[in-house]
Amino acid sequence: MNKAEDYAIELRRIVKRFPGVIANNGIDLKIRRGEIHCLLGENGAGKTTLMRILYGLYQPDQGEILVNNQKINISSPRIALQHHIGMVHQHFKLVPTLSVEENIILGLDEGTGPFTNFRKVRKRISLIANQYGLSLDPRTKIWQLAGGKQQQVEILKALYREVEILIMDEPTSVLTPQEVEKLFTTLRFLVKNGLTIIFITHKLDEVMKVSDRVTVLRKGKVIATIPTQETDKETLARLMVGREVIFCLKKNPVKKKEKILEVKDLHVLNDRGLPAVCGLSFELYGGEILGIAGVSGNGQNELAEVLTGLRKLIKGEIYLDGQDITHCSTREINKLKVAHIPAERIRVGIVPTLSVSENLILNKYFYSPFSRGEFLNYKAIKENAQAMISEYQILTPHYQIPVRILSGGNIQKIILARELSCDPRMIIAMHPTYGLDIGATEQVRQTLLSQREKGAGILLISEDLEEIISLADRIMVMFGGKTMGILEGENIDLERIGLMMAGTKYRGEKM
Amino acid sequence: MISAKKWRFKIEERSSVSNSRVLLTSILAILAALIIVGIFFQFYGVSAFKAYRLIFSGSLGSRFGLAEIVRRAIPLLLCGVGLTLAFRALFWNIGAEGQLLIGAVAATGIALFSKLPPFLLLPAMFLGGFIGGALWGIVPAFLKVILGINEVIATLMMNYMAIYLVEWLIHGPWKGPSARGFAYSDPFPPSAMLPTITGTRIHWPTLIIGLVISVLIYILIVHTKSGLEVRVMGENPEAARYAGINPLKVTLLVMLISGGLAGLAGVGEIAGIHQRLLGPTHISMGYGYTAVIVAWLARRNPLAVIFTSLFFALLITGGDVIKVSLGFPSQMINVFNGAILFFLIGSEFFLRYRISFIGRR
Repeated sequence: MNKAEDYAIELRRIVKRFPGVIANNGIDLKIRRGEIHCLLGENGAGKTTLMRILYGLYQPDQGEILVNNQKINISSPRIALQHHIGMVHQHFKLVPTLSVEENIILGLDEGTGPFTNFRKVRKRISLIANQYGLSLDPRTKIWQLAGGKQQQVEILKALYREVEILIMDEPTSVLTPQEVEKLFTTLRFLVKNGLTIIFITHKLDEVMKVSDRVTVLRKGKVIATIPTQETDKETLARLMVGREVIFCLKKNPVKKKEKILEVKDLHVLNDRGLPAVCGLSFELYGGEILGIAGVSGNGQNELAEVLTGLRKLIKGEIYLDGQDITHCSTREINKLKVAHIPAERIRVGIVPTLSVSENLILNKYFYSPFSRGEFLNYKAIKENAQAMISEYQILTPHYQIPVRILSGGNIQKIILARELSCDPRMIIAMHPTYGLDIGATEQVRQTLLSQREKGAGILLISEDLEEIISLADRIMVMFGGKTMGILEGENIDLERIGLMMAGTKYRGEKM
Repeated sequence: MISAKKWRFKIEERSSVSNSRVLLTSILAILAALIIVGIFFQFYGVSAFKAYRLIFSGSLGSRFGLAEIVRRAIPLLLCGVGLTLAFRALFWNIGAEGQLLIGAVAATGIALFSKLPPFLLLPAMFLGGFIGGALWGIVPAFLKVILGINEVIATLMMNYMAIYLVEWLIHGPWKGPSARGFAYSDPFPPSAMLPTITGTRIHWPTLIIGLVISVLIYILIVHTKSGLEVRVMGENPEAARYAGINPLKVTLLVMLISGGLAGLAGVGEIAGIHQRLLGPTHISMGYGYTAVIVAWLARRNPLAVIFTSLFFALLITGGDVIKVSLGFPSQMINVFNGAILFFLIGSEFFLRYRISFIGRR
């Protein structure tokens, strides 16, 4: 057998359905032994689902898995590990109060009887660490380690279990640029020592930098598998987003008239107290959609939270219709007709155990007619629910049903109905169609466009470039908490956006 | 899906839970607890059957027994109703015991030292008791929302502060000259004593207050803006923030009421039964702790507390009966309470999930 055909993993026609979506639709994938293979795709393309199937966390509805040319049934991560397949999750599965060595041997039986032979464990850990160029003190507690080091622990944990095929799920999303460099060095070292690595990402730079081959996934299907040397970022971007991207939804031109939002020199910190938004200024006009593109974690979340009063800023000014709202509370901003479609719709946007009708008034129960004085008016609440259910085509058995049993698309419709029914002046929409099926996606987009027609200013924050390009009138790209420039009209171009997302500033016509 | 070696089960989340299922599950949980406690009776050398017969006949079988059940249900009702509200907001108030004692202290202070005209004395005691309990309750609320201090620890610790405050008062400044060396305060003036139903110890004004308040709290939770805020915050704090609900306001409101109602229970015990301030274990017998289970068994529904408080009052009264006639230690009732809470919390799993058997592999 020649080396090119020595496959460590072969996936054949894998199909995985979830209620309302097909996450993997007949995927074929071959991973060569000893390569770094990138799985590239947007959010919701099916990358993570596919890898969870390979790691035994999900069972495929159809298709077969071959490991080392043997057909196997991976019913749990334990079986995957028996076949030397390991996974490093995007969010680490470590116990913060335990030490590195304790985390590494968690779940293993090392030693005799109830006693762990830590001397043996430590010796083995340092042996592996030396072999792969990792440096960790086995006795440090996890909480004392930075993100990059914690990831090394995860890798070490897999190596300790004699993993030969390592799946890394968006490993750079929690790392600083320096830590990313270090990770890439480590990965190359691992491959040199005989490991095979599957690297899930949606970042083009990383694909180009680290991989031998790349498979592009889109909407649950394999679009292409290409040797990295034979391709470039622009091609990959086009494959990832899809050729038919720029199908235009019918839009009337913007009548740029009134300034709705003005943000001046905004500075915001993230949860860890580090700068997330650094000196951002922009304006939003009535009747336009301003798309904010960027790789996640470049300050978009913090921006949305500041604009809706959920997060305090450290410097800057925000004006809505000329009124200073810099230090307003969430409730005050909400009362100025600002709609907010949050990124995490189930965790933030609804109360799963409350009814459809109650969720539809979650931030307007204090208005007449929903309440009179201190008392809620259930008749008005019910009528509102019935009207919203028919207007937004929410599929629910009853308005009193708890929201948690509805599908993602219908939950999003409830949020849209609630947020948009008050004729908002400004709409802040984050990933509004993320995870929705085509029908629901279409409906959400049409709804946003009709709000634009009515003169609302819409801030569309999304990692889905297809969505931004087809909806937005202007596109601002954020990188490192700053704007890389605003594209408009004919300047809107996928490759240009891709470069800006990677940190190139746009200055006028030529780049 | 969880699979054992041979048997395969499927665990699915239920889409909705009917009231009858809640009732059935609760009853099964109580039965399971009764069986466990029955085993303890057997260990004591007493037939469980006989013990239970004594418990039920001794409490339900006589006018005196019935009256004792009702009078013990009063503090459980007031504390329990308040706790349903706190638990709805996911504020784990374990401090009803301390809040009750502070209510009793406040009422005693007013009864003994206020010089108010007689017709104002009892209303002032109730008001003072409410305020005292409420103040004791909002301290942990502040601590939680502003400093992030766990409310279970804070409320529990404040119980001990209340207990030692009462001990200090009855051994020190409030020790009654007429108590002949006992650690009591002086008895209350007659105008500070609550009327009782003749021949019983049921101080009916407190009972009526308790019943009215459980209806009011129900209305508060289901029909008011504040109630919606409480529910939203309890069910999804992130969504509450997103909807602009002020967590400090909601938590303070909830603990003001929860603490205040426990304070009212303390006033009732002091003015209705003891008519003087005495040792903390004599004032309360752990009503504040039992009320946690009362509220939980009622599934945080204030109207259901009326029934669950009667049920636990029955157990306490029955516990007294077997204590006297079988010589059991009085702590037996705590074993009861513990077992019931244990099974109730365990049964939550069966309410949320459906478990179906899918045959052998």
